[in-house]
Amino acid sequence: MRGWWPILKRELAGYFVTPVAYVFIVIFLVLTGVFTFELGNFYGQEGSGQADLRPFFGFHPWLYLCLVPAVAMRLWAEERRGGTLELLMTLPVTRAGAVVGKYLAAWAFCGVALALTFPMWVTVAWLGDPDHGAILTGYLGSFLMAGGFLAIGAAVSASTRSQVIAFIVSVVVCFGFLLAGYGPVINFFTAWAPAGVLEALSGFSFLTRFDAMAKGVIDARDVVFFGSLIAACLVLNAALLERGKGA
Amino acid sequence: MAEPLVVLDNLTKRFGAGSGGILAVDGVSMRVMPGEVLGFLGPNGAGKSTTMKMVTGYMTPTSGRALVCGKDVGEDPIWVKERVGYLPEGAPAYPDMTPASFLNFIADVRGLRGSARSEAVNKAVARAQLQGVLRQPIDTLSKGFKRRVGLAQAILHEPPVLIMDEPTDGLDPNQKHEVRRLIRELAREGGRAIVLSTHILEEVEAVCTRAVVIARGRIVADSTPAELAARSKYHHAVTLSVIPPSGVMVFDELAKVPGVARVEDGGTVHADGGAKVTCTLVPVRGKDIAPAVNEFVRAKQWKVEAVRLEGGRLDDVFRELTSGVS
Repeated sequence: MRGWWPILKRELAGYFVTPVAYVFIVIFLVLTGVFTFELGNFYGQEGSGQADLRPFFGFHPWLYLCLVPAVAMRLWAEERRGGTLELLMTLPVTRAGAVVGKYLAAWAFCGVALALTFPMWVTVAWLGDPDHGAILTGYLGSFLMAGGFLAIGAAVSASTRSQVIAFIVSVVVCFGFLLAGYGPVINFFTAWAPAGVLEALSGFSFLTRFDAMAKGVIDARDVVFFGSLIAACLVLNAALLERGKGA
Repeated sequence: MAEPLVVLDNLTKRFGAGSGGILAVDGVSMRVMPGEVLGFLGPNGAGKSTTMKMVTGYMTPTSGRALVCGKDVGEDPIWVKERVGYLPEGAPAYPDMTPASFLNFIADVRGLRGSARSEAVNKAVARAQLQGVLRQPIDTLSKGFKRRVGLAQAILHEPPVLIMDEPTDGLDPNQKHEVRRLIRELAREGGRAIVLSTHILEEVEAVCTRAVVIARGRIVADSTPAELAARSKYHHAVTLSVIPPSGVMVFDELAKVPGVARVEDGGTVHADGGAKVTCTLVPVRGKDIAPAVNEFVRAKQWKVEAVRLEGGRLDDVFRELTSGVS
């Protein structure tokens, strides 16, 4: 793990010296606002007497589907193209240190964007009497899901020198994970796939796992799922880095 | 006798498996002693960069090994990387960073803290003469400055082994001069082994104490730049510019000088008092023809515009060494 801390610091600072961070955060905040208030019928459910952030969290998976691969795509593809990968890997850092440092920086950056949605929380707290525990769980779930998307995107980014390819492939893979538990997809498989496969498939669904957390239900299995998915992707990330050096 | 700082032991790298694979480096063995500045010469694609990537721990050899300061790179890569300064080809750096933040990052990664860190950064900045551009994004710097940022990065931790891949490639003559000055300065400090790759021969003559020529993954020559130049057929050749009386067959006359194997035409231009003929007299190998030529020309009373004794043309040796390998 040697070297992860300086790499994390450099990466995180790197987001804020370019317009990338600001563009990302502004778009993320605007879209969460639009989705929550316009499409999410935030006030409509207010009429039903509820004060919570479910319409807000409901759109996070879809927002992340587009935005998180955009953060992840540059992680390694840019290093490879710019030749800095060779520089980084000949400094006294371990591969694990580089992979973890870069990943944590990107995740922390997503966390900053997510944390900046706090006015939503303030709004519902002002308008009504929400279940704060449930909102906190929703945030935790959202952050974990972002981490999952990001880990997939990082691994994909490590396998190519083109950021465009990294982006598109990440979106597709993440879309697959998102929809794994979705009704029509499951129905498609029910016809012929054995029950075990079906269960495993729906087990990988981000949507089902996140839905529970967005409602305020925290299940250790969901946390373990995201945790192990992230770990597996990072191991894959490190392996892909080693493989691509010859090019 | 000092210990060698870099030892390559039958180092081999093959890309791709089977008969379709490419043997980029084919059993390279050598040792580099402290104080040496080794010029690693070869045409593009000869295996210079691949060899350096294996020594610096970026690539894993297919077989054989590389030792730095006595330790195998494959066995303890972190230990070795702590002792190597490396300038990869093209001096890559993070374009959005400034030289100041970039060098601080490198110092951080190299485990330098507090005053040790600022001292190291300041010293590297002073050596590479980066004071004027410290706060500009690296992206906006000229090629010469970018290269110097890369050099500063490589020497920041005072490494005993410094490896540079094409340090002056693509620079203008002034920038080249600056980079070479810095390399010579680093060499003078002593106790350090410097390896630089190049395909520019003047560079080897300018900064190196030893030249290793590699072609198609194999070492084809290993000697001093001067010895290498002496292998040239132009070693001790004499280039003359004379204005002979009209009607004289200059080349035929000069070919009669004892020891001259061949006369090469260097062109004729019109000058005051007739045609100025330039030619190179190539000696029979090992013969010193300068005194004889001098005497001959004086006896003929030709008007001599210029005389130059050739040390040997490295380009020529280079072509000979690297094109004949199969």
